[in-house]
Amino acid sequence: MSAAPLLEVRDLHVSFPVPRGVAGALARRPPERARAVDGVSFDLAAGELLALVGESGSGKSTTAQALLRLVEPDRGSIRLGGEDVLAAHGRGIRTLRRRASLIYQDPYQALNPRLRVRDVVAEALVIQGVGDDPEGRVTRALEAAGLTPPETYLERRPHELSGGQRQRVAIAAALVLEPELLIADEPVSMLDVSVRAGVLGVLDGLRRRGIAVLMITHDLSTAAQYADRIAVMYLGRVVEEGPARAVIDDPQHPYTRALISVVLDADPRRRPEQQIIAGEIPDATRIPSGCRFHPRCPVRLESCSEFDQPLGQARGAVPEHRAACVHARAASATLEETR
Amino acid sequence: MSVLAVEDLHVGFELDDGSEVHAVRGVSLGVERGARLGLVGESGCGKTTTLLALMGLLPANAWVSGRVLVDGQELLASGDASARPLRWTEIAMVPQGAMNALNPVRTIGRQIAEPMLVHGTQSKRAAEARTRELLALVGIPPERAGRYPHEFSGGMRQRVTIAMALACEPKVLLADEPTTALDVMVQAQVLALLVRLCDELSLALLLVTHDLPVVAHVCGSAAVMYAGTLAEVGPVDTLYHDPGHPYTRRLFEATPELRGGRPLASIPGVPPPLDRPHVGCPFQPRCDRRFEPCPVITPALLQLDPQHAAACHLNDPAMT
Repeated sequence: MSAAPLLEVRDLHVSFPVPRGVAGALARRPPERARAVDGVSFDLAAGELLALVGESGSGKSTTAQALLRLVEPDRGSIRLGGEDVLAAHGRGIRTLRRRASLIYQDPYQALNPRLRVRDVVAEALVIQGVGDDPEGRVTRALEAAGLTPPETYLERRPHELSGGQRQRVAIAAALVLEPELLIADEPVSMLDVSVRAGVLGVLDGLRRRGIAVLMITHDLSTAAQYADRIAVMYLGRVVEEGPARAVIDDPQHPYTRALISVVLDADPRRRPEQQIIAGEIPDATRIPSGCRFHPRCPVRLESCSEFDQPLGQARGAVPEHRAACVHARAASATLEETR
Repeated sequence: MSVLAVEDLHVGFELDDGSEVHAVRGVSLGVERGARLGLVGESGCGKTTTLLALMGLLPANAWVSGRVLVDGQELLASGDASARPLRWTEIAMVPQGAMNALNPVRTIGRQIAEPMLVHGTQSKRAAEARTRELLALVGIPPERAGRYPHEFSGGMRQRVTIAMALACEPKVLLADEPTTALDVMVQAQVLALLVRLCDELSLALLLVTHDLPVVAHVCGSAAVMYAGTLAEVGPVDTLYHDPGHPYTRRLFEATPELRGGRPLASIPGVPPPLDRPHVGCPFQPRCDRRFEPCPVITPALLQLDPQHAAACHLNDPAMT
């Protein structure tokens, strides 16, 4: 990756006010904010598939929404093809949504049941006022989503399609403006296992055609199988990031290690020793001091409650494999230096 | 002897427009004391309907035939009336979405005690003590009995439903996708709990899920359902390494693996409609090993060895 990446996210912060309730209001407690995304940085190149992996509450979906300005970040920067996404206003936001599009988890809710496939896919063209060759664009988008021959789908309505076909229609609708970046938020989690591979294969094909794909998923197995790179999120932060195989085979952050150890295998003979971590992700209004994982960490040091380790090149790992853990830091970056 | 025995179970639904959906078409299963059986398949294959039939919880427009024996007692003989005394005390269920299964305006302690009071298995006082015991058993501090469901996380709520299911000391536990809505780390916690409790209490577990890795991890054997019928039953190791039905093999080939390098392959096509009888094998339109008899003759479940059976003509020397 020598050229500037298509997407550059730096130190992104997004927070939401949390209703304090009647009691809180009466006590004049100041409204709290949930820091859903709390300093996220990553790059994504054209033709690359990055999986943003994490449990619920890790901030992965909020990150995706911020990239399209569907939620407003507090601070940080997002550059798409060199342009400042956060500086865009009005028309600029509309242009942004031509360059980057989003597909949602639930193909049963995302498609308007009254519209025919033709109109579902063409809707973005109408909104964006793209007049030239709408028929051809719709046809090409359906083909790219694997709905071939496209003519057999144009006049159908969502209820006449299977779940996998609906998700392909949603992908076609996201592709019709020929975006450079496609964000897929849990694209197969609502689908039956038997059709998932087909939909994931479509995303893989788009990546090969030079589209940058950001896949949000809670499923490490899917990420391992399809992603070029994996970024693992915990409580609003990327805690580990690197080439997919390296992250899976040689995890550097204790959270990633535990997460990988509990992913189950379909082969009953492969039962790796599970490292089950007690408790659940804390509330984003109460992010622990220092390393945010330290209260649950099996290998924490005393200093971990004080020092918030940045994401850094992991010791002994392949280049561009980075982790935010004192144990993983290269020998040169000692605690003293990070102070 | 099987503590849960299902013999030739059929379930159908009469719809408002006069049509009928035949959702379960002759399912036979047995689970022994202390054994864990997975019931797997895609949406619409009839696995949840099977479970609801076992619990006597089917809606009014459903009909059932066949036999369900729990520890030798007939569950279906005279409809709902005979199921009720066995429900909770002999056979209990952990539902899918813990948030929807719990009453939001009742404390979890009252909800756990309720089946004991309704079935008269414990006095009010004893039920309170038993509730505290059950909470401790599932890893919730007993002093939280007075809290409401919204004060618990998803994983903790699922523990509450497990405690509830165990309240009347059933012999058979049914679990419907008990961890599907949970994150992996919480799923690992809940599955570890479920396995430990089944071992300690020698429960027979019937685990319904679409998630093959969960079944491979929790269960000794599994039954694969397709379009209301059993495609294959056997030890999970055999199903993965030496499947007797192409549908089982293809399900595994469609399942992503963390450490596996093989490319995934989806299964083209969709399951057949359930509002008409099947002719031939229900899977044959999607099958990559289809041959002459498949579209015409419905394959019977053929015993391949004492533990392993599959409904595929490929296993039948008379056909091939």
